[in-house]
Amino acid sequence: MDVINLEPTEDTPKVILDKDRQVFEISGRSLPEDAAEFYQPILDWLDEYENQVNPDTKFMFKLEYFNTASSKLILDILSKLEEIEGASVIWYFHEDDEDMEEAGEEFSDLVDIPFDFKTY
Amino acid sequence: MKYIYDLHKVMLKQSLLLVYEGEFNQEITKSVLAMAERNMDSFGEQRKVKTKVFNILVELLQNIFKHSQSYQEEIYGKNNAIFSLAKTDDYYFVLSGNPLFTSEVASLKNRLEQINLLDAVGLKEEYRRIMKSNKSNVGKEGLSDKGGAGLGFIDMAKKSGNKIRFDFEKINDELSFFSLRLTVNRNPDAGDDD
Repeated sequence: MDVINLEPTEDTPKVILDKDRQVFEISGRSLPEDAAEFYQPILDWLDEYENQVNPDTKFMFKLEYFNTASSKLILDILSKLEEIEGASVIWYFHEDDEDMEEAGEEFSDLVDIPFDFKTY
Repeated sequence: MKYIYDLHKVMLKQSLLLVYEGEFNQEITKSVLAMAERNMDSFGEQRKVKTKVFNILVELLQNIFKHSQSYQEEIYGKNNAIFSLAKTDDYYFVLSGNPLFTSEVASLKNRLEQINLLDAVGLKEEYRRIMKSNKSNVGKEGLSDKGGAGLGFIDMAKKSGNKIRFDFEKINDELSFFSLRLTVNRNPDAGDDD
């Protein structure tokens, strides 16, 4: 399967989706002007991955900041993960960032996937 | 040239760190965010506070350019609005102002008043209600035609922890000026922002 490897920019996060290396990561800042456009390739990748999943899929979110439009797309990613057997989320937040912790809790309430919370 | 000195005095008096007046777009937003961040870093602002201000700035600036249109361009230019960040000992104030059609005032006013009735728990519930309703529509479908998730003001109110201050001034028969102020407390003991 193709690897998605996007370098972070001022307004988009670092993204690595690599089935062979078992790395599934979105980190940094997400405030693109068009969140739907930015995340569409990621959603498409997950659709393809769903047909050839690894035994487990630990998806790491380590976000510093995301805008509300991105929050909708993050929820879409989580909804896709819900369909993937063995998927779980590792939600990182900065130890001083209660808002990011709360955001993770809100997402975990909206989807049926195990969440593991970690600070950095 | 005295207006330069006057402007300088107004900025000092109102504790304005940044003022931008003109067209808003994503590139301008990124520049304003970088300046605001550098500014807050320069006096070692707490990460918690900085993050909240940054959050509000992003939503507010993106709100402005997603919703602004060119109203009577010969008078107000293209997507014109004013934005400012102010800092006092106790608070940050994120300020914005932009023209809109008077016909849009009633629904916006109503929306903001409804949000102001909610306490922290109420805001959380409203946020979650909208997120839930967004969940069933994947990708673009779940967003408005402006690419928004319908969460901007709720999110700003949540991060602010204070009521949203707003006002509408009549510009002419067709247009009104929408002023908005969001407050972030710099320390927990600061109390209300009056």
